[in-house]
Amino acid sequence: MNTRAWSFAPVSEKRTYALPLLLLPVWVVIYVFLQPAVDAVVHSLPGMMPGSMLTEAVRFFLYEVPKVLLLLTLIVFLVGIVRSYFSPERTRRILGKRSTFTGNILASLLGVVTPFCSCSAVPLFIGFVEAGVPLGVTFSFLIAAPMINEIALVLLFGLFGWKTALLYAGTGLLIAITAGYVIGRLKVERFVEDWVYAIRPGSGMVPDEAMPFAQRIEHGFESVRDIVGKVWLYVVVGIAVGAGIHGFVPENFMASIMGKSAWWSVPISVLIGVPLYSNAAGIIPIVQALLEKGASLGTVLAFMMSVIGLSFPETIILKKVLKLPLIFIFVGVVATGILIVGYVFNFIY
Amino acid sequence: MTEKGKTQMTIKVLGPGCMNCKTLERRTREAVEQLSLDAIIQKVEDYQGMSLYGIMSTPGHVIDGKVVSQGRVPTVETIKELIQQSRQ
Repeated sequence: MNTRAWSFAPVSEKRTYALPLLLLPVWVVIYVFLQPAVDAVVHSLPGMMPGSMLTEAVRFFLYEVPKVLLLLTLIVFLVGIVRSYFSPERTRRILGKRSTFTGNILASLLGVVTPFCSCSAVPLFIGFVEAGVPLGVTFSFLIAAPMINEIALVLLFGLFGWKTALLYAGTGLLIAITAGYVIGRLKVERFVEDWVYAIRPGSGMVPDEAMPFAQRIEHGFESVRDIVGKVWLYVVVGIAVGAGIHGFVPENFMASIMGKSAWWSVPISVLIGVPLYSNAAGIIPIVQALLEKGASLGTVLAFMMSVIGLSFPETIILKKVLKLPLIFIFVGVVATGILIVGYVFNFIY
Repeated sequence: MTEKGKTQMTIKVLGPGCMNCKTLERRTREAVEQLSLDAIIQKVEDYQGMSLYGIMSTPGHVIDGKVVSQGRVPTVETIKELIQQSRQ
């Protein structure tokens, strides 16, 4: 117990419980009254003609920014609590014993809930390999973790609705499971840098998983500070650009470029999306506006997934532990999965 | 409280140089300064050096060879607590 990395005075414990209970009603009130409040503000502004392009763009921006930030704060807080139950060490312990396929499914699911940042990809990879987690299973985790995150899901839910959010999560999981399985079957162990296998790591820190609930709440607040503090600017800029497209780009403008009749739009979207590095918070509002202007769902989904799930910086980071052929296999397999998803959705809808 | 004059403390920040790692390094320096400690603060940026400590998420925080936190950026206050705990 005395090795716990986080300690709290008993005095603050009451406050830890009281704060969320006080803030939740405030949150609900703001969320409920946001739409009428924004409408009132927009109408009172001089020169805002109802139905004009500028009015619609301003209204969209003033409403969506606080809405998305509210949703983001709440979800990030809850996810922060959930994540306090899933340390990377625990995930590794669970995955160490698994065979492939079940392992791939589990790794993809755990990738969603385990705390992960792309700068931790390498230590995590080493930790998994050391524990004997199969390579393909490790990849399932590494694909799911950045692709399906709470930021992406909140924005999808807030701007597209829950159906698209579920669709994204579901297809993302499917890609992570199958791509990891395929990579596992390809026997690519020899393409991992040799020093990774030679490492005899230290014991590290055994995380205290039996922490009191107050501490988990503190965890939630910490993630809000950390994540919302980092992405709010992306949200504002993303929605501003989205509002511009929303208000000023003519209907069906995107249909010829990103519409479903253009068969090449899916591969082009992936080709543009992979090197493009953006946070989900910046890209999703823009993509939402494009969808409205005639882009098709499959193309939009493929674009989002390749921007969020496959990023150039992360690939560069992984180069430290993976030899070049494996980097290409990784990007190739995941990109193929995204292509298939794009075409399937363009075909269905 | 500061226990000056004891063996010199070594604090390591393990991280490839992302934003969190830099913040942790800055806060560690602040904490050490506030406690007026005589400590060596090292940054470990290569992955092989990092993996010797068995951490699985960055930034890692190591005081006198022992991992005290990982994957999070403790506040200056918490870092001070961690330092004092490991001095005991």
